[in-house]
Amino acid sequence: MAEAEGISSGTPTEEMNGAGNLMDFLDEPFPDVGTYEDFHTIDWLREKSRDTDRHRKITSKSKESIWEFIKSLLDAWSGWLVMLLIGLLSGTLAGVIDLAVDWMTDLKEGVCLSALWYSHEQCCWTSNETTFADRDKCPQWQKWAELMTGYTEGAGVYVLNYFLYVMWALFFSFLAVSLVRVFAPYACGSGIPEIKTILSGFIIRGYLGKWTLLIKTVTLVLAVSSGLSLGKEGPLVHVACCCGNLFCSLFSKYSKNEGKRREVLSAAAAAGVSVAFGAPIGGVLFSLEEVSYYFPLKTLWRSFFAALVAAFTLRSINPFGNNRLVLFYVEYHTPWYMAELVPFILLGVFGGLWGTLFIRCNIAWCRRRKTTLLGKYPVLEVIVVTGITAVLAFPNPYTRRSTSELISELFNDCGALESSQLCDYINNPNMTRPVDDIPDRPAGPGVYNALWQLALALVFKIVITIFTFGMKIPSGLFIPSMAVGAIAGRIVGIAVEQMAYHHHDWIIFKNWCRPGADCVTPGLYAMVGAAACLGGVTRMTVSLVVIMFELTGGLEYIVPLMAAAVTSKWVADAFGKEGIYEAHIQLNGYPYLDQDEFTHRTLATDVMRPRRNEPPLAVLTQDSTTVEDVETLIKDTDYNGFPVVVSRESERLIGFVQRRDLILAIKNARQKQDGVVSNSVVYFTEDAPQIPASNPQPLKLRRILNLSPFTVTDHTPMETVVDIFRKLGLRQCLVTRSGRLLGIITKKDVLRHMAHMMNQDPESIMFN
Amino acid sequence: MYRLTSRVAVNLLTFSSLMCFLLILSAQTSEAKNSEDIRCKCICPPYKEIAGQIYNQNVSLKDCNCLHVVEPMPVEGKDVEAYCLRCECKYEERSSGTIKGTIIAYLSILGLLLLYMVYLTLLEPILKRRLFGHSQLIQSDDDVGDQQPFANAHDVLSRSRSRSNMLNKVEHAQQRWKRQVQEQRKSVFDRHVVLS
Repeated sequence: MAEAEGISSGTPTEEMNGAGNLMDFLDEPFPDVGTYEDFHTIDWLREKSRDTDRHRKITSKSKESIWEFIKSLLDAWSGWLVMLLIGLLSGTLAGVIDLAVDWMTDLKEGVCLSALWYSHEQCCWTSNETTFADRDKCPQWQKWAELMTGYTEGAGVYVLNYFLYVMWALFFSFLAVSLVRVFAPYACGSGIPEIKTILSGFIIRGYLGKWTLLIKTVTLVLAVSSGLSLGKEGPLVHVACCCGNLFCSLFSKYSKNEGKRREVLSAAAAAGVSVAFGAPIGGVLFSLEEVSYYFPLKTLWRSFFAALVAAFTLRSINPFGNNRLVLFYVEYHTPWYMAELVPFILLGVFGGLWGTLFIRCNIAWCRRRKTTLLGKYPVLEVIVVTGITAVLAFPNPYTRRSTSELISELFNDCGALESSQLCDYINNPNMTRPVDDIPDRPAGPGVYNALWQLALALVFKIVITIFTFGMKIPSGLFIPSMAVGAIAGRIVGIAVEQMAYHHHDWIIFKNWCRPGADCVTPGLYAMVGAAACLGGVTRMTVSLVVIMFELTGGLEYIVPLMAAAVTSKWVADAFGKEGIYEAHIQLNGYPYLDQDEFTHRTLATDVMRPRRNEPPLAVLTQDSTTVEDVETLIKDTDYNGFPVVVSRESERLIGFVQRRDLILAIKNARQKQDGVVSNSVVYFTEDAPQIPASNPQPLKLRRILNLSPFTVTDHTPMETVVDIFRKLGLRQCLVTRSGRLLGIITKKDVLRHMAHMMNQDPESIMFN
Repeated sequence: MYRLTSRVAVNLLTFSSLMCFLLILSAQTSEAKNSEDIRCKCICPPYKEIAGQIYNQNVSLKDCNCLHVVEPMPVEGKDVEAYCLRCECKYEERSSGTIKGTIIAYLSILGLLLLYMVYLTLLEPILKRRLFGHSQLIQSDDDVGDQQPFANAHDVLSRSRSRSNMLNKVEHAQQRWKRQVQEQRKSVFDRHVVLS
């Protein structure tokens, strides 16, 4: 997105110094002139010009003494220091989350007796009792039923294990939702729609606060461990952005400037995705494509640095052993064939269809949660959904384990050494090939068993994720979508493999598949399916392909991944243009102006306020309004700002003044300056107006006046107006005709107009 | 540039505690490697009459191959090479100290939060009711959600002039935080305005 142009708005920086004495006798951070109210949009141009002024002041002072020079150097590299800190903290938190999830997920099934803090895999790590047939069993780790009753087989044991599994799941999710409700209600949900809105200029105070960070980290572990069908990638982006916000508050360069802060948050989002997937480049591209609004080139390099530091920190914590970053990192080099593009494209179509279905159903369910009785019982809803998930997930071994492990198993290629049911192929006993080059084999009964269990798991996951995403606990969407795609892909892959084996004399297979050769890799189909479904839901393009190939380490598979991603995006776009995050932004009514073109032929007069039947525009005059008039105006209306004109007769525009600045300035004046009473005249000119000496002292408010508000004429096409709003990040724009002020267009009006043009409900736009 | 207001002091405190945590975590990862924390795992599939087997040994990376790890070798002479060709050996390492430290740290933070939650939801209303009487409890519950921009400023102004010692400041900060959380809860759970 094009960077905001460096147009100075003429607002001087003395307003920052003028507010300094206000901070002295209050402990609470008093609202400063130049800060913004909650749920309002920032003024990008003002932030940019303030940063330029600050930089200019530091540069000019740096020539004075060595100390000033050092301070200017510190200012310059403070950006890099913030990136380093963000990378360190995000990597650490991601490592903590991964380790804790690993342990708590296994806690639902059993416990390690030799060391209570080990998960199943870690517990059996040093044991010598694991056998080839039973790789998971070791005497140190016991299931709950075995611990309590001493038996390992039997119907009673199964029922007891089932019951305890459900109890643990309910316990974890109850803790999660209670913590969210009591300490940080903003910690629920995925976080990416709100972060997108924040990065486009919206203010949500507390959304990236310290309590939100703590609660989101703690409850994310609980939510994922409870077996619900959700992932941790979206919440990790939120966690990383909270870290970014935390470190911004240490440096006044970022804490006082909302525009600069958003640059840091873009980089932090990249670090978040980087630790979630172990994909630094994919993280930067995700931040560029999905999350950020303005992404200058400077941010690109810094995001990459933050993502690298985060990935490196996570790797040194080594949560999964073996120096892997993600649980399902695979590395194969088996080739794929041109004819396989047909099933890959079919998987892409499936991904697109599933994406559309998921978005429609999930939005409908969330809307129901928002408007009906369902929304009044969030805790009960979480508990019921967890109960249903746990009860239905336990019997099927593929849904009983955590989704990441399922994906890892589905991505894995079946060598001679795998012991899972999915790899129960009939091996030729005379085979002497090395492990990497196993030819296609007929499927054994275990594979067919696994196939219909997987089909059931697919249906279950498709249905339950619709109800899980959007609940009042931290919930992400990437892992469930990848799981759905991986299951579908693996089923298709096994089907193609068996068809190639049993019918190798058909024309399609004859060219590329000789009997005794390794033709089809079902694991690759699973990967392509996962990419297709993820692309169908989020409508990611480049970042998806890069993340998937960083996950797998295989440059050979870029073409299948791209084919599937492109197909799923086309199919999904045919039904509806928005991805899941844009759909949630629309559902919540955030003022997010997205990048699509506006192609209708309306003019500025059609959108501006006041309309014909509305009261006239509320304006201030340059030197004839009294303090009392201003206060009445503020009390009677709730506009965010007022234009200042020369006089009510001529209506020539001087400038624009913000409501918040006006309130603060008048409050300040009443307390600090003598002689300012209700009848004092407020003037915005340089020199005081000529008034008799008997009148009370006038109040000069020129310093809060923006002398260069943006204006368009009434015949400007709305296409241009929308472009101006989007590219410059404006909040309001004044409409003039022949130099006279006619009306005002705010961002809310633009959004409502766009919604109206697309036949959506314009009243759903809630915020300014 | 770095005015030492109380806000910056709190932020520095948070930052330094985070740094301490990070240093402790990194110290654990760079400890002398416990010999139990490295292993070479060799999986050998069934071969002729010999059943499949898994072999584990604490050897270093350069010794992690079939010949060093598979002991006792179940086949003789020429079959050794054929047997070893089918085995797959992987070198793995982990940090048991990190795992232990992380889980214990996580559980202690979770426990503290749960205790605080129990205190806030159950104990504090009971204590307040006993100390201050019923009327003030109702008043503090209603004192939320004021939509005017600077209503809080008036309260803060009047209160800060009368009290000035540390305990009252802490309690005041806690009250402010509780008000913020209640506002957030109203937006998210009740009015469904954000994060629906």
